[in-house]
This record gives sequence, C-alpha cells and structure tokens, in this order.
Amino acid sequence: MDRAQLSELQLTRLKDTVKRCEEMVPFYRMRLREREISWKDIKSLDDIEKLPFTTKDDLRENYPFGMFAVPTRDIVRIHASSGTTGIPTVVGYTRRDIDVWAELVARCLSACNADSSDIIQVAYGYGLFTGGLGLHYGVEKMGASVIPISGGNTKRQIRMMADLGATVLCCTPSYALFMAETAQEMDIDFKELKLKSGVFGAEPWSDRMRDKIERLLNLSAFDIYGLSEVMGPGVSIECEYKNGLHIFEDAFIAETIDPGTQKKTAVGEQGELVFTTINKHGMPLIRYRTRDITTLSDDACPCGRTHVRMQRVRGRSDDMLIIRGVNVFPSQIETVLMQIEGISPHYQIIVEREAGLDMLEVQVEVSEEMFSDRIRGLEEWQEVIQAEIESYLGIGAKVMLMEPRSIARSEGKAVRVIDNRDI
Amino acid sequence: MAVKQISVFLENKSGRLLDVTRSLGEIGSNIRALCVADTSEFGVVRLIVDDPDKAHDGLKAKGFTVKETSVIAVEVDDRPGGLAEVMKPLVEQEMNIEYLYCFLEKAADNAIVIIRVEEAEQGVGALKAAGFRVIPAEELYAM
Repeated sequence: MDRAQLSELQLTRLKDTVKRCEEMVPFYRMRLREREISWKDIKSLDDIEKLPFTTKDDLRENYPFGMFAVPTRDIVRIHASSGTTGIPTVVGYTRRDIDVWAELVARCLSACNADSSDIIQVAYGYGLFTGGLGLHYGVEKMGASVIPISGGNTKRQIRMMADLGATVLCCTPSYALFMAETAQEMDIDFKELKLKSGVFGAEPWSDRMRDKIERLLNLSAFDIYGLSEVMGPGVSIECEYKNGLHIFEDAFIAETIDPGTQKKTAVGEQGELVFTTINKHGMPLIRYRTRDITTLSDDACPCGRTHVRMQRVRGRSDDMLIIRGVNVFPSQIETVLMQIEGISPHYQIIVEREAGLDMLEVQVEVSEEMFSDRIRGLEEWQEVIQAEIESYLGIGAKVMLMEPRSIARSEGKAVRVIDNRDI
Repeated sequence: MAVKQISVFLENKSGRLLDVTRSLGEIGSNIRALCVADTSEFGVVRLIVDDPDKAHDGLKAKGFTVKETSVIAVEVDDRPGGLAEVMKPLVEQEMNIEYLYCFLEKAADNAIVIIRVEEAEQGVGALKAAGFRVIPAEELYAM
C-alpha cells in the first residue's frame, strides 16, 4: 500500500477509534472533554497530537473492564499482565480483534520466511501471557502446523523439535540460548535439525545475542515486538533485511515523544514509543505510552514494505525489568518485602544472565528481628521471601541475606537494581 | 543457670570473621569458645565471651547484627561415651538439641560442651537431675 493510501486509511480508522472511545469508554469521554476535543475535530493525522495520552496507570485505575469499548458479552478473550501494585493489566478482545491479531501475526511469520508448509513450534508461555496464544492463532491463520508446546520442559522441547522436524521456533531469545545449552548436554546438534527461522521477542536483545543464537541454533533469528496492552506479539516485525521492525501501520499509529516534555519527537529522533490502536474494538487505546525507547525510520526498506520501522528496543523510560519474558518493576519486589513483617527496608535487586537464562537475585539486609543463632531460622526467612516473590511475580528469585548497611545507601533515590545482563 | 551466648550474622564474603574477632579485641572482649555455622550463602558465628553484654553492645555499635541466646554449659567426662551420656537426659525429655560445640578449657580433666536447646533452663534442670555439673555463668565467663 502506498503512503498516501495508508494515510487515508489511518485517518478513517483513527476517527472511528476516537469515536468509539468517546461513545463507549467513560474514561476517554472525560479525558477528551477535558481537552475540549471530539472525534469530529480530527481532520488530519496531525490532529493526533491534540489527543490525550493513556498510561499503564490509567489501565490500572480502570481495572478490570473500565477500558473496554464493547459490552463484555462481545469479548471472547481476556489476557493480563502483571502491574506495579499487584493489580494486573487486563485486556479484552472481540472475535474480530482476535482475527485481526492472527492476521498480523501471520504477516509476521511470513516476513520471517515461513509459509503454510512450515511446522512451527510455539515455546512462548500459553495462558494469560499473550505470547503463546498470540503466535498460535497466527500460525493457524497462515495455515502452517503449530506445535503448541508452551514454555519449559526443555529436553522434551528439543526432542519434539527434532522428532517432528519443526522448521520455525518461537520463544524468548534467552530461552533460545538456554535450549542451545540443553541440546549440547543431550548431544543434539542443531545443524541436524530442520529449523530455518526463529521468531524471538518479549524481551530486549542485541545483535550480538542474535549472532550467538543464529550460530548455536543454526537458524535465521527475527525480532518480533508487541505488548499486551496494545495487542500482544505482532505489533512489529523484522523483515529479511533486519534493519528495524516494520510496524503494522494499518492497525497502529506509532509516534515517539520526549518522555519528559511529552512533545512529539521527529522521525529519526529517539523517543518513547506511543501507540494508538486503530483497528481494535475490544479495548482501543489512544496514544498509549509504552515506556519503550526507540527511533522511528521512514526510509524505504529494500524489502518493499512501506510501513515505518522502529529500531530494536534497547531501553525503558521507567525502571521496568524484563526477566524471562516477565515484566518486573522493582516496586513490586519492594511491595512484597514490605508486606513481610520484620523485614528491613533495605534491599537490592541483581539481575544476571547465566547460560542464557535471566536470574533474579534479591538481597535483603538481615534485621535484628530476622536474625537467629539457628541457621534453620535464617533459612526459613529466605524461603518465606522467595515464596512470596514467586507467588506475587510469578518468577523465582534467589534471596540473599546481607549484613546491615552492606547494601549501598544513596542520597535521594536509592540504587535498587543492578542489571549485569550483557544484552 | 543458663549462660549467654552471642551470635553474629556473617555475610558470605572473605574477611568477615576476621572483622568480628578484631572488633571483639577492640571492645576488650575475650573469646572463651567459638563456633561457626555456615551455608553456601551466609554464616553465623556463635561466641562465649567473658562479658556477653559488653560484647553484644560493642558489636552492635560497630554495625553487626547480634543476638544474645541462652545456652547450657555442662561438664562432660573425658572418656568414650561421655558426650552421649550428657545428651541422653535431654533427649529423654524430648528436648531438641539445635547444636552443640566444645568449650576451650586449659589444662582440665573434663571437657565442657555448650548445648543449645529451645528452653535452656529446662535443659539445665534435666542435666542437673541426671547428676551432671552445669557450669554457672560467672564461673564460665571467668574460665
């Protein structure tokens, strides 16, 4: 589609989206009224700058269904991701939304050199996380064969991959590296497998990591981007030139802004990525602030796609960590610790990558209340903290007990996170 | 009749035990007995000193996590089976022994062990009833 046609389509869909929001979502009706703007005032795509932003906090405040623009009887699927205060972010899809999503994921797979003859192993987690089911529906839409193996049970994963002759692997890049290690232990050589492409996402990774994955798994690795609030995986995808991720602009309007001033930054300038969904009925979002930092580029891509490209995401405008594909805010860990009576308020979070897998370590200073002359007594504290973090965040953490004042104090904002991952 | 033991939390890094013992020297506390328990991630050093309160406050002021616990000091015959005999009355009364370690005593016929049970006074009673010599606190600190 040429840019002029695309802009026309975007404008029609933007107006339609804002109209739906205005009519169906009290939150947006209020926000639009505050700005004295209505869908009727949108005359060109530039008018998007007059629209208010939406943040994760807004989604949380409207938990669970306040952001839905259709009655719940029209919702056919719900996904959720963890939030900073324990309130998850809930997203809802209509049947049409699921179709659109599947279509976009199918386009992604096609960009990754897959077609209906492929056998695609989906090793993203199935469940509330959008990764597993998102890819799954895309594979079926394209007409390829899906192996819905989900995450974990790595040896079985590799066995199935070999036995069934999977040609495409979908998972987080860190899990792909972990698979490479496990295959080595099993004496399985990826060169003898049929894998040709890998669709990796849900966490930031670098070109160096891509080289490593491509070498170890003997495939071509593609970066897929998405976030559940906006849809899930399939918001953007790399093409064979791997020079940025093409954003599906018929479904999303992408902008970058200065996270401080909230002013729009020019194409080619770094900023926080902001999305407006323009082909989503269940939960449309206007100018959703992703907190992901990137740069947009509208240079022509040799692949022929006209959709704008975003650079691979390398940073965040907030302190969110992505650990094994799970979003973790340091404040969530703090909340967990503060709920346990007797615990010292001094803690530090260390993230390491061992054998391709992210490891979360939480260091807690031993308060007098926690301290015991019995080793067992101290180990019980470790276990309690570990169990609380696991039940709250859904990921395991190693808890280290530290001497008082051993965790560096700082004036003002404490350094809570040390991320040693080389990504 | 129970005696006071000082325990100190040790982070798993080199030189921490040295720091504790050096600090005790600075405080002017004399170590009578010492036992280190550790896991791969942290350790606890347990001490009998000549003046437990002084050591406790001194170490705390130096930033260590310190705790005072009541333990039993009991004399054990220096012969095969001596230790087992001491443990028997405690076990018979279903008192769980958390840990025990030896007391350093110069030139004596009998050994002294430090025993940690949940209820120290109850343990003292059981041992005395069984005819063992439980060392009183003042005598132990001065040894």
